[in-house]
Amino acid sequence: MRASTGCAEPSSLPVPRPVTDQGTAPMKMPLRCLSVVLLPLLTTSALAADAARNPRLDDQTQLPKAPARPAGQTYFQPPAEADIPHNAFGELVRRGQDLFMNTKALAPQYVGNEMNCVNCHIDRGRKANSGPMWAAYPMYPAYRKKNNKVNTFVERMQGCFQFSMNGKPPAADSEVMTALTAYAYWMSTGVHLGKAQPGRGFDEPPPPKGGYDIARGKVVYDKQCALCHGDDGAGKKVGATSVFPPLWGKDSYNWGAGMHRINTAAGFIQHNMPLGRGRTLSDQEAWDVAAYINSHERPQDPRLVNGDIDETRKRYHADDGVNLYGVVVDGRKLGQGVQ
Amino acid sequence: MSLSPTRSLAFCLSASLLALPLQAGAADGEAIIQQGGANPAAMPCMSCHGADGKGMAAGGFPRLAGLPEAYIAKQLADFKAGRRENPLMQPIAQALGDAEVAAVAKAYAAKPKVNVKPGPVERPKEGGGAWLALRGAWDRHIPECTLCHGPSGVGVGDVFPPLAGQSAEYIEAQLRAWRGTPAQPAGKKTKAVAAVAPTRSNDPNGLMRHIAADLSEAEIKAVAAYFAGLGESTEPFDESQHRLR
Repeated sequence: MRASTGCAEPSSLPVPRPVTDQGTAPMKMPLRCLSVVLLPLLTTSALAADAARNPRLDDQTQLPKAPARPAGQTYFQPPAEADIPHNAFGELVRRGQDLFMNTKALAPQYVGNEMNCVNCHIDRGRKANSGPMWAAYPMYPAYRKKNNKVNTFVERMQGCFQFSMNGKPPAADSEVMTALTAYAYWMSTGVHLGKAQPGRGFDEPPPPKGGYDIARGKVVYDKQCALCHGDDGAGKKVGATSVFPPLWGKDSYNWGAGMHRINTAAGFIQHNMPLGRGRTLSDQEAWDVAAYINSHERPQDPRLVNGDIDETRKRYHADDGVNLYGVVVDGRKLGQGVQ
Repeated sequence: MSLSPTRSLAFCLSASLLALPLQAGAADGEAIIQQGGANPAAMPCMSCHGADGKGMAAGGFPRLAGLPEAYIAKQLADFKAGRRENPLMQPIAQALGDAEVAAVAKAYAAKPKVNVKPGPVERPKEGGGAWLALRGAWDRHIPECTLCHGPSGVGVGDVFPPLAGQSAEYIEAQLRAWRGTPAQPAGKKTKAVAAVAPTRSNDPNGLMRHIAADLSEAEIKAVAAYFAGLGESTEPFDESQHRLR
């Protein structure tokens, strides 16, 4: 499987390249450079087009990389579940944990697919390198110098509902958000506020030197992932409950979710997949299989600009890690969305 | 007039010879369960797995009723191939023909699958069997059992069998089969015990063996007791219901 592209690639490993507009002129440039070229296209008029939406939710770019864990040190240890106090606060924390693990079942009005918080945040949001809550919570409100914006923790979680769960974000002062915030706050007991913790996010492996390869990723997927997530990526359910989450298609995360970035998915996969056998895939395998998974259609990016994939890529995807939104793969432009 | 012993034997032989191609072509799963396979070594399944297919706890014989067809067929193939070792079951599996394996798997899969009544969110205590089942031990890379075997351990798809509905004896035996027994050095009063190699290696992608290897004997007992204690609901499995984790 090879991404069609106007760029000539001297390497023998096919690296999908974003297709710019109707551009067919051959260009030689690394992937990262392309996003820099596209950046100036983020015009202020375009950003003002849909001001009705909370513009702070639109920015799903990553926080700066967390520091590596110093040798011989352990990750931050969140408090034990048994230490949740037996009072009104404890009740709220437990409710937050319940929602975290059973998001679709307990808050169906906010979840538009078959995902739950715990699908990407393993061990109830406690596991290092699985986007643990104890490392995320103390980083907010987060200031982003690039666009001079401040995001609150609640807004970050609203982003999860809108993108990863392809749903409707609960209001900031809703019971659901209050409980989830209380849970994250409790889990961060004793952590250094405002200090980037080793283990935050997904500790992405560096991009492989020769690029990634979607066809090679399929081989990894068939061997390691299809057992649980299915050949069709649709995951598996017991009754109405999703057990193994869908990785693409209508019930998976949408094109605006952080996991649609190949770099982010590579980090999550390498540390956490297959379940209980994390750290068994190489950097190359993790990138390849992440690219394979993220080269499939999924629900449209809710930030879609004027129904135009290219416009949406320019504004939201070109500078957001490595992703295939708006990129032509196998003769088909990705980002069409599925319902 | 009675048949001479020789003629009687010849009659029986021809009758069984006539029956053989039939059984090879389209074996009757229910008949094999109740009467055994064409080869006498393939004893009737129900003699150990129970008349209702729900197993026999005392002997550690597992429930087969309602298990996925593909799962049962794979286990029989694995017994034949030695990927799953068991002195009782291996000769029986070897005595079953391919069509018989397929028929038995289909017949057991058609029986009622285990159901555990959906309940409120459980709050397990750290250190017990429920904790392992519902929380795991991620510091040792052990996911909670229900993450793959489904809420209440009712099983997921063709690959992850139900743990609910199985006896503690059976679950314990399987965890030990994956783990083997580590060697024990000689103590002051005890002799050294040699390590016992694992007798099961048929877990897809090696998902189970490292988990079993990291469990203590007390944890094996506790987690097996948890699933054995879930019981079985008499209500049919409701596919429209959510099951909370």
